[in-house]
Amino acid sequence: MTDGARAATSPGQPPREAATHCPYCALQCGMVLRDSAGRVEVLPRDFPTNRGGLCQKGWTAAELLDHPERLTTPLLRGPDGRLRPATWAEAYDRIVTGIRGLQAAHGRDAVAIFGGGGLTNEKAYALGKFARVALRTRNIDYNGRFCMSSAAAAGMRAFGVDRGLPFPLADLGRADTLLLVGANPAETMPPLARYLTEQRERGGRLIVVDPRVTATARLADLHLQPLPGTDLAVANALLHLALTEGWVDREYVASRTEGFDAVRRIAAGWWPARAERLSGVPVADLEAAARALGTARNVIILTARGAEQHAKGVDTVSAFVNLALALGLPGRPGSGYGCLTGQGNGQGGREHGQKADQLPGYRKIDDPAAREHVAAVWGVNPDDLPGPGVSAYELLDSLGTPDGPKALLVFGSNPVVSAPRAARITGRLRDLDLLVVADFLLSETAELADVVLPTAQWAEEDGTMTNLEGRVLRRRALREPPPGVRTDLRILADLTTALTAPSALPALSAPSAEVVAGDPSYRFLPSRGPLQPPDTAADSADSADPRVVFAELRRASAGGLADYAGVTWERIDAADGVFWPCPDEDGPDSPRLFADRFATPNGRARFHPVEHRPAAEEVCDEYPLYLTTGRVLAQYQSGTQTRRVGALRRAAPGPFVELHPDLAARLGVEEGDELLVRSRRGELRAPARVTATIRPDTLFTPFHWGGDGRANSVTNDALDPVSRMPEFKVCAVRVEKVTP
Amino acid sequence: MTGRIVIIGYGMAGARLATELHARPGDHKVTVLGAEPHRAYNRILLSTLLAGKIDEADVELTDLAGQGADVQTGTAVTAIDRATRTVRTTTGEQIGYDHLVLATGSRAVVPPLAGLDPDQLPDRVVPFRTLDDCRRILAAARDARTVLVLGGGLLGLEAARGLAARGLDTHVVHPLGHLMERQLDPAAGAVLAETLAGLGVRTHLGVSATKVAANPDGVRLDLADGRSLDADLLVLACGVRPDTALAAAAGLAVERGVVVDDRLRTDDPHVSAIGDCAQHDGVVGGLVAPAWSQARVVARLLTGEDAHDRYRPPPGVTRLKAAGIDLAAMGELPPPGAGHAPSGDNGGPSARCEELTFADPARGTYARLRITGDRLTGAILLGDNPAVGTVIQLFDRGAPVPADRRALLLGRSVDGPVGGTEPAASPALMPDATTVCRCNAVSKADLVGCWRAGARSVAEVVTATRAGTGCGSCRDAVAGIVEWLSGVDPVEVTR
Repeated sequence: MTDGARAATSPGQPPREAATHCPYCALQCGMVLRDSAGRVEVLPRDFPTNRGGLCQKGWTAAELLDHPERLTTPLLRGPDGRLRPATWAEAYDRIVTGIRGLQAAHGRDAVAIFGGGGLTNEKAYALGKFARVALRTRNIDYNGRFCMSSAAAAGMRAFGVDRGLPFPLADLGRADTLLLVGANPAETMPPLARYLTEQRERGGRLIVVDPRVTATARLADLHLQPLPGTDLAVANALLHLALTEGWVDREYVASRTEGFDAVRRIAAGWWPARAERLSGVPVADLEAAARALGTARNVIILTARGAEQHAKGVDTVSAFVNLALALGLPGRPGSGYGCLTGQGNGQGGREHGQKADQLPGYRKIDDPAAREHVAAVWGVNPDDLPGPGVSAYELLDSLGTPDGPKALLVFGSNPVVSAPRAARITGRLRDLDLLVVADFLLSETAELADVVLPTAQWAEEDGTMTNLEGRVLRRRALREPPPGVRTDLRILADLTTALTAPSALPALSAPSAEVVAGDPSYRFLPSRGPLQPPDTAADSADSADPRVVFAELRRASAGGLADYAGVTWERIDAADGVFWPCPDEDGPDSPRLFADRFATPNGRARFHPVEHRPAAEEVCDEYPLYLTTGRVLAQYQSGTQTRRVGALRRAAPGPFVELHPDLAARLGVEEGDELLVRSRRGELRAPARVTATIRPDTLFTPFHWGGDGRANSVTNDALDPVSRMPEFKVCAVRVEKVTP
Repeated sequence: MTGRIVIIGYGMAGARLATELHARPGDHKVTVLGAEPHRAYNRILLSTLLAGKIDEADVELTDLAGQGADVQTGTAVTAIDRATRTVRTTTGEQIGYDHLVLATGSRAVVPPLAGLDPDQLPDRVVPFRTLDDCRRILAAARDARTVLVLGGGLLGLEAARGLAARGLDTHVVHPLGHLMERQLDPAAGAVLAETLAGLGVRTHLGVSATKVAANPDGVRLDLADGRSLDADLLVLACGVRPDTALAAAAGLAVERGVVVDDRLRTDDPHVSAIGDCAQHDGVVGGLVAPAWSQARVVARLLTGEDAHDRYRPPPGVTRLKAAGIDLAAMGELPPPGAGHAPSGDNGGPSARCEELTFADPARGTYARLRITGDRLTGAILLGDNPAVGTVIQLFDRGAPVPADRRALLLGRSVDGPVGGTEPAASPALMPDATTVCRCNAVSKADLVGCWRAGARSVAEVVTATRAGTGCGSCRDAVAGIVEWLSGVDPVEVTR
């Protein structure tokens, strides 16, 4: 039973309320959900991240709770190739039979899991455990690989820990100089812009680096508009100027860092005119930016996907981290480097084990001590834990191939729309013997599934999320899921039991789905597997309880980098969230990191020498234009949810291709003309949007739509060598007008 | 390709080649022989060093020691024996090679002036070329008040700017009628001279030097017009000459530089040349961009990464950027008024040629663009011009120029700002469809509709439309519209 459901539900009662957070982005705006006789209303809540603000996505989030397209029964693909409603027992039977058969024939790794950065901490944790313990497959990764992985890797190698913002968001409002690189929060997380307004009103300077004149760039005092894929050179040039102008904090570099000399020598080779020629950013603007960064007191440098979603994303972030370190920012109160996390639980989702190379607590799966610790919590032999798997794109690209997985279970993700080179990935998904998708709407990926499992929505479940500040928050349920719908945790618990208790399998067909759904006290199956020692309370049903899962997560994370051992739901309730690491229930949490030391073995931050290199695909005669991708305010990620909300659909009805008036004139294109954009990998069709806010050599298209206008039909699947991040943000294309 | 690669010269070209080789897989052993005693440094930063803004350590280039190359500094090569494929060094060592790369660079030209012995320059007369030169200039500048720079080309002006930044009284003597005559036209040169004057650099143009007389207390430069200039230091910036002595002694084809083909090969297939010492297609170097491009081609060829790679000279861009000076020059610019593009120009025989100029000498601004067809084939931008990055990229990449040329010439489009959500000055003039609140997609029409529906205060309008509840930046605009509505719509209120 969920917390929220403890209130009475009969008519005539006062409205039930739940103080929770928005289901969408990593800002996790505080909101109150009020259920008045079945109608759910969103009210803003004064929370440190949003200060009472909400964007249109947040205001309309509850519309999906009772949406007519909501899935309320499992779907099975029949012999005729069509999805038809089925019972939970039938669905589980198909899944379990399929998994057993495929693992028996092809080994454990024949089954793979694909998770999401929107899942709660509890779900991310349970998914990782399910993969490693119930399936014993090494093949698990998640869509955060497409989101945060480059910043995570760069943060890890510089600071020894990866927390998006190592300081509270409120610091942004007090920064004297704020540099945003490839970040467009005015569009992607609008309430954050309140801090930008505050910063400006206090006289601070805002510098934005973006190839487009975005809503955020318009707020800036200085906008650097580089050619896509040249941010790294811009960063090295800024460091060059910091060196030649004497703005490097030599004392900080000497006492708190290591490896500066190698970086200094590379920066010496990036005199501003060289970066200017490559990026198109005038030397004078580079100088102005460097001066604002080098001479102000409180300085914050933030990167986001624009800098990170490249085949050199990690090195690009490292270049900005190097700049921050040279200026002595990280760890100085009011200053620092951070990245703006994208997905709702993009931070927590990357800490608890749904990443191919990770175990809970941000532990490494190939670290013997980490394996021992987590195996002990899980009650298994460390040797039985699988090793690291491959990254998201590589995993998707191997599906259905002779050596690749034959079955995939997808939770909280829609790779048909969100993966790069999406047409190829769609083909891979079709090649699977078994595709299972858990979602509450029929996403493009779910449309391909053999089994679709209807899941609960955010307002129907309890749990925790970790926002872009590393602040652990409470998601609180307002009401029960509709009949026929189960939570992801429940599904994982059910499948675990079914997979690990062979003798119980026949019972699968016994109770009807309706009975199961209607009786919250129903225990799907008795626990007989080796995973749940009979002397513990953690039987299969309890492992569907987010409180129980969180308690276990705390133990599993204890001693890890992302230590949640001291975080309790009560403590979160009492204090607007708890910042990790928080090892002791009675000890402090960590709003600010790095005051005294970094999380490296010797406590020093590490410079990392990085050189610019060209994009994986540069323009040529055949594909003479750059294409970059991104978001629009009224849509979120692959759009599965927001495209089904009326007001959002009206605000952003479909895909489009932005192009500069000069380019449009040369092509004879006018506003609204249908364009065909082709790359070496595929094509997309969408109407033209002619705007001077983009460089004449670059096109932009948003990635929220599937079908003909799918941005990722065109994007490049070249991967960063470290983070395995695909190069979403730049590829070479040509464009033509579609003649009707 | 497997083998022993020996690079003669540890300057910007030689060091770059070693780095490029290291970045590629292969079973090659790289030896770098540098005559100068120190690690490779960034020549471009020497003027910054002169200005006193950085230390010597800050001009060092990437350390090759950790990159698998055997680097021997302070080791000059005395001879190349092509028959045995060995080089002999000043230390007496003989080093065998499978492939030899000459990156010997160039030497400062010491002009043939009375009183000046190139082999024995007085302490107060120093060329501006190497790090050692910089040390000598700085040593002399310590007690100096006045400095003369002979040569008003790029290098001379960079030296002058650096020394003026130290507070020295700086004079540039240039035999031609305007500064940087290779890159600038007379009008641009005049504006630049004005700019320099404002920075404490005086220029003496169209006058040759005839004689140098130096003693321990100072240096005197006699000019052809009969004047004499006294100073504490004379810096020579009279150009450079490719260092081809080794190549010539080894019997390689040498004209002004060591002659190389598109593969940067000399007439000996086992010997290449890159950087300032090389002469490709009749052109000798002097800039970093071609040298680094050549290093990359040689690395690709030698490692077998791309056996068909060929060197194509990058478009030449000259950039002088120091506090108070912002100059970019590129491409071909015939004297103003020289007429149309010759046939066979980039745009073809029939391509239309446009010349655009804008000069505002009082503000130190000059811009000249040459557009052939719709491509930029030459440009000079002097003074603060926000379009400089765009202009350089258009030239560099051969991309079509914008329809509105003013954006390039003046640095901004005259058609006003690009979009934006700022409300019009008066709500009455704002089109109904204007988005007032982006976060919640609220238009002016929505606010008016809300008012008509009975909302009568900002708070009521905000509650009903959610305008201003996202980033909050449109709150003032919403309040302004509500105020306007309450003023123009009293009838509605009383209804």
